[in-house]
Amino acid sequence: MALRIGCAAAPGQARENKTGSWRVFRPIFDHDKCTSCGMCQLVCPEGCILTANSEFNPDYDFCKGCGMCAQECPAKAITMETEAK
Amino acid sequence: MKAILEGSHAIAEAVRLVKPEVISAYPITPQTHIVERLAEMVADGALESEYICVESEFSALSAALGASAAGSRVYSATSSQGLLFMAEVVFNVAGMRQPIVMSIANRAVSAPLSIWNDQQDSLCLRDSGWIQLYAEDVQETFDLHLLAYKVAEDHRVLLPVFVCFDGFIISHTYEPVEIPEEKEVLAYLPPYVPVNKLDADDPLSMGMYATPDYYMEFRYEMDQAMIRALDVLKQAGKEFKNTFGRDYSELIEAYRLDDAEIAIVAMGSVCGTIKDAVDAMRAEGRKVGLLKIRAFRPFPAEDIKKALSGIQKVGVFEKNISIGARMKGAVGYEIKDALCDSSVQVLSYVAGLGGRDVTIGDIKKMTDAIEAGNGDCFLGLREELI
Amino acid sequence: MADRSLELVECGHRACGGCGPAFAARLILKGAGERSIVCASTGCMEVFSTPYPQTAWKVPWIHSLFQNAAAVASGVEAALKRQGRDEHVLCICGDGATFDIGVLCISGAFERGHNITYICYDNEAYMNTGIQRSGATPFDASTTTSPAGKKSTGNSRPKKDMPQILAAHGAPYVATCSIAYPNDVIKKVERAVNTDGPCYIQIHTPCCTGWGFDGSKTIELGKLAIETGLWVNYEIVNGKVEKAKKVKRKPVEDYLRVQKRFAHLFKPSVNSEEIAKIQAIADANAEKYGIDLKI
Repeated sequence: MALRIGCAAAPGQARENKTGSWRVFRPIFDHDKCTSCGMCQLVCPEGCILTANSEFNPDYDFCKGCGMCAQECPAKAITMETEAK
Repeated sequence: MKAILEGSHAIAEAVRLVKPEVISAYPITPQTHIVERLAEMVADGALESEYICVESEFSALSAALGASAAGSRVYSATSSQGLLFMAEVVFNVAGMRQPIVMSIANRAVSAPLSIWNDQQDSLCLRDSGWIQLYAEDVQETFDLHLLAYKVAEDHRVLLPVFVCFDGFIISHTYEPVEIPEEKEVLAYLPPYVPVNKLDADDPLSMGMYATPDYYMEFRYEMDQAMIRALDVLKQAGKEFKNTFGRDYSELIEAYRLDDAEIAIVAMGSVCGTIKDAVDAMRAEGRKVGLLKIRAFRPFPAEDIKKALSGIQKVGVFEKNISIGARMKGAVGYEIKDALCDSSVQVLSYVAGLGGRDVTIGDIKKMTDAIEAGNGDCFLGLREELI
Repeated sequence: MADRSLELVECGHRACGGCGPAFAARLILKGAGERSIVCASTGCMEVFSTPYPQTAWKVPWIHSLFQNAAAVASGVEAALKRQGRDEHVLCICGDGATFDIGVLCISGAFERGHNITYICYDNEAYMNTGIQRSGATPFDASTTTSPAGKKSTGNSRPKKDMPQILAAHGAPYVATCSIAYPNDVIKKVERAVNTDGPCYIQIHTPCCTGWGFDGSKTIELGKLAIETGLWVNYEIVNGKVEKAKKVKRKPVEDYLRVQKRFAHLFKPSVNSEEIAKIQAIADANAEKYGIDLKI
């Protein structure tokens, strides 16, 4: 696709870069313990924790496994497990 | 309307007529009269622009860039040290393809410090991707500012423009100038329509970084735009003639070159002196002519090659020096390259640096030197000092 | 008020896992909203978010050079004024760009009183180029250009007080905040963009890679910085310091011990002399801003 002059680009194309491939650890969300406080969604540096049907889940296409959500969850509902090969 | 105006004030009139929405101004000799006159116009309501008194030239061009990216037509002016200080932004603006027009009151560069004229400042940024136009007198300086905006904003070009004119010699000299009506200028130069614009209704990221997979193609596109500018400049110059009566449809001007054996090539106000010298030498029976270059970037190599065909010896008058280059000046190399298929001898003469006066006598001496085949040297050195 | 549920920074950016600045970017735009134009400096945030063409920004965004975001923003603001447009103009720049190379442009922009909000994400060094010392690097922190060694205990200068410098320019609103308290960041940014004139926000954004701690602990580190008094959250409203966050203070060791950039103060042995100097800095902050909770 031809260049856009001035090194310019329309929004959104970062999504083509699936950073989920970086993961060494992956967060596992226990929805029984979850109190829906929304802290995980707020603190994720990727902004990849999505809400669907009132449930919070990471988008594993982009989750880098940093563990901040697990660290900050007040209900201790998120645990980090080694990413399976 | 005809008026007798100082060069700087004529430029301010041109800027007033193109109606930039934002002006960013930092003073530097010899451009100060331009920004002062513009400030007066804004203060009196004769010009409705945001006038930003920036704290340095670096910010002058950076603010102009921001305003241009947000969709406004902008203006700034500088010289010498100021131009060098903003050099990083100069390259950045061209790469961002923002159609900024900047007046350059050509002035020598430090060290030693000099406020007087030569063309080192603009010429040392010839790689930057800015179009460079050089004016001979106040009228041409005025006219080239209108032309510059038209070409810069053309979607086939979208490159910024330096309008260069010799500091003090043009900026501080009073000459008669024909000033067109506002509606004539509006007909020639319609409002600016950006291609990329910072706009919350249509977001864009501008000035991203390019990895090795992309960088070269961006630079290629700039070069292509500069090549297209050759024709766009000529078209805009022709339209200028049709609108205002003065012809800028050529990027060079040949003066008494038809049967010349020797040609002097030059840019800027010295062309006026050279024309007088040519007339005097012609009266003495010497077959000499002048090739004046109006556009240095893009470099009109084909036009120059045609204009100088049949000439045996060419001397290039350089108000600049590339320290350590064998041929000494920036212009000579490009002339020599344009004529590389022929057997014409091309010699470079460095003169007029730091405002050293150039007389008709100097030009005659230069012609003698060209004839004798002695060149690629300084002209008019004070031997007692070295 | 901006819609805080919007994610205006897209996934897929290349920040380290647990990146403080990446977290800050999302919070900034939750405070500023969709109708914002961002002028960025060269630095970590610019580099991880905009390799052509994969931009992570969903608002209009421009990057020119390292030092001139404030000057670019001045021009954008002037153009918007002339065009009668309402977008907020933000600068989002790192501490290197803000405290050092960009001081000229920032000072000019603030002196001229442009209606912009300048936000510095402070990770306390030139992180993008590999952790070199900046004017924001704290005392005794080890960086690659102020390394701890046989004849050095790290950076020998205190942190430049940028908020006070910009308050002295007459900025109507200046605030410090930290990603450790995310809603505070959002609120302060929101206040700044809705305050006329040049406003300055300095956000403490711990850097796991540069400071040497696990990326999951970014917020914990931010809290420790505040709890030890080495970072103070406060506001300066029309020149007067207000609402400094009060804490039950912990000794500075609690913060220093968990970062590799201060490891030289503990190994091969505890350098009590240097730690005392850092404690003195914290104590001075506590005194100056009145952060100690009276229990």
